[in-house]
Amino acid sequence: MKPIEIEKVQQALDSYLNKEVYVHLETTNGAYANHLDANAYTVGAYIRNAKVTYKQAKIIGEGNSYRVGLKMELGWIYAEGLTDWTIYQEDQLLLAGHDREGRLMVALEISETPFHQ
Amino acid sequence: MEKHVVVIYPHPDDEAFGASGSIAQFRRDGVPVTYLCGTLGQMGRNMGNPTFANRESLPEIRKKELKQACETLDMELKMLGYRDKTIEFEDKQEVADHLRSYLEEIKPSLVITHYPGYAVHPDHNSLGAAAIQAVEDMTPEKRPKVWAQAFSNGHEEDLGSPDIVNDVHDTFDKKLQTVLSHDSQVAGMFGWFKQMDEIDEEVKNELIEHQAMERFYTWDFEKNSSN
Repeated sequence: MKPIEIEKVQQALDSYLNKEVYVHLETTNGAYANHLDANAYTVGAYIRNAKVTYKQAKIIGEGNSYRVGLKMELGWIYAEGLTDWTIYQEDQLLLAGHDREGRLMVALEISETPFHQ
Repeated sequence: MEKHVVVIYPHPDDEAFGASGSIAQFRRDGVPVTYLCGTLGQMGRNMGNPTFANRESLPEIRKKELKQACETLDMELKMLGYRDKTIEFEDKQEVADHLRSYLEEIKPSLVITHYPGYAVHPDHNSLGAAAIQAVEDMTPEKRPKVWAQAFSNGHEEDLGSPDIVNDVHDTFDKKLQTVLSHDSQVAGMFGWFKQMDEIDEEVKNELIEHQAMERFYTWDFEKNSSN
């Protein structure tokens, strides 16, 4: 993946407008967070292949960290802390936020075909 | 001497950090070893450092790393096809039956797995529990021994000291090579494996001492019977 280029990502987000798409949304601080630091909490969530349609999309941010909001008929999809992007296998938009050691902290991915289970 | 050893862990690299020194010793002594690897570690957060994997490419990358690790150890590999982080939500008996089908075919004399409840990651705890269930479901005279690995903080307070402490200094090079096979994962807490030449001699020796002892508890089926 490469550092987010805001205009290119905005274009990619717009390319899925009003289409039925599959979304992978995830955040994690690792299964060992509490094991390595008793004061830390092990927290994570993911949803894979949620089938949605959004009618409005924006990427906003400064420096090297970005937020994305997707507006749907009945709600929102939101991710914060995104740093990198790529187009994977031609039609999958992958966005992720990595820490200094390159570990994934958050991911938002959009595709017109389901992600591999 | 063991007849055949089966290692049951959920993630590519669990075998490397947990038991590769012992596995290398078994192989050196001519004992066949089979690794039943539960998942492809699809949901790992380490993407290499600097990153070269992403969420979608990670499974294939880790599969290649796993195959390389098994070649390094000259160990047979069976991939069980579960998904990272989800084993505890599968039907426990189904997973146990799945594992038992391998054990009945391979007929190992020893099974190495995680100690349920004392192995930190939910996949470790649940696959370990299913592995022990699988062995328990066999008739007592056909059961292999089970070595269960515990590493949660404070586990010795509950379990006492492990009865199996394998000194693997003599196969440590193999262990290191196996760990380094998992290139995408050897960052974060195990980053030091990559910087062996740069770290302080005293720190290095301490790290090696810790990693060169592989600890297991022999499972007591009578004491721990779930039936």
